[in-house]
Amino acid sequence: MEVLGLSLTLLVLFVSFGFMVGVLFGFFGMGGSFLITPTLLLLDYPASVAIGSGLAFYFGTSVIAVLKHYDIGQVDYKLGAIMFVVLSIGIELGSRLVFGLEALGIANFVTGVAYVVLLAGIGALFLRRASNLEDDEDDAGDVSDDEIPPVGQKIQSYSVPPMISLTAGGRASLWTISGAGGSVGLVSGLIGVGGGFIRMPAIYYLIGTPLSAAVGTSLFAGLFSGAFGAFTYGMSGSVDLTVVSLLLVGSALGARIGSAATATVDEDDVIVYFGIMMVLASAGIALSELANWLGTGALDLVSVLLLVGSSFAVASMILYQVVRSGGTDEPDTQPAPDRGD
Amino acid sequence: MIESLSAPVQATLVVGAILVQAVALYVGYGILERVATPLIETMTKT
Repeated sequence: MEVLGLSLTLLVLFVSFGFMVGVLFGFFGMGGSFLITPTLLLLDYPASVAIGSGLAFYFGTSVIAVLKHYDIGQVDYKLGAIMFVVLSIGIELGSRLVFGLEALGIANFVTGVAYVVLLAGIGALFLRRASNLEDDEDDAGDVSDDEIPPVGQKIQSYSVPPMISLTAGGRASLWTISGAGGSVGLVSGLIGVGGGFIRMPAIYYLIGTPLSAAVGTSLFAGLFSGAFGAFTYGMSGSVDLTVVSLLLVGSALGARIGSAATATVDEDDVIVYFGIMMVLASAGIALSELANWLGTGALDLVSVLLLVGSSFAVASMILYQVVRSGGTDEPDTQPAPDRGD
Repeated sequence: MIESLSAPVQATLVVGAILVQAVALYVGYGILERVATPLIETMTKT
């Protein structure tokens, strides 16, 4: 039986996967698009459709994130506007590169390898954070949201004209902004991620804005660049609107539950599992690439199980802890700022 | 039907459809949350 051109199994898979991704990333304050594109790749969608749909999903989650924080904290609108322009140029270049790679027949391979590295890297960062939790707690009081990080101050000290005045103080070279924004945009356009997890640190560390302004400005620039990414891939018909809609239906609900779960579940209890999940997802894509290289479909099921199954397992763990807490609201963590990945 | 439109119009419709869906989901689930939360609280207390 087919509904909206998809089998019932796929339809249920997309809504439930969207829900689990929503729970995970609502809980950890991210958008989760970097799990969508590799899943679509594993399900044999062409690279351009997987990337285009990933960016469109990211745009949808960004809209919801901005509505959630409709006064999105401190926003440097001038920096946000410049970031939007350079991000869009990067996305355009990235998308052209994808279509070029697709013409050469290696787009799925290149995107797959990029995801193996990306997810393993994020997984390693979270595992490291999990192993250093005590140190983080000690350091937490030392960093003010209004301070410009030392790296940012150092970069700002190099005066390469034209210089732009930042709303939150200090000046940044247009070249730094273009380099940081253009690189993030290129990565977004090339592999279909919103890139909030690199855009926000780029604004904070490289351009040198206070953390509070970096989160808001990243969300602001990300919303418009997400729309531009969806438009760019939509021009070539590479956005599967049915898939994106099903994922959003699940994700919007999951994100609410995940965000609310931060009041009853301690992030520290699940962060290590999230890190392991990312590493397993990376292994799943690596296996899929290996299977393609060997010309066998035997590992496909294992790959999907590793990627989708590990996300389900960690999201279920969060939901289980919410149910077990039985509504005893003991807020022991603050909801993570939504970086809209 | 959408395929008969020009590429920029198609792309704009895609972006518009996602925007509308996202807003509708945000509002819809918000209403659902307001209705469901007191019900769940009542059920867990009894």
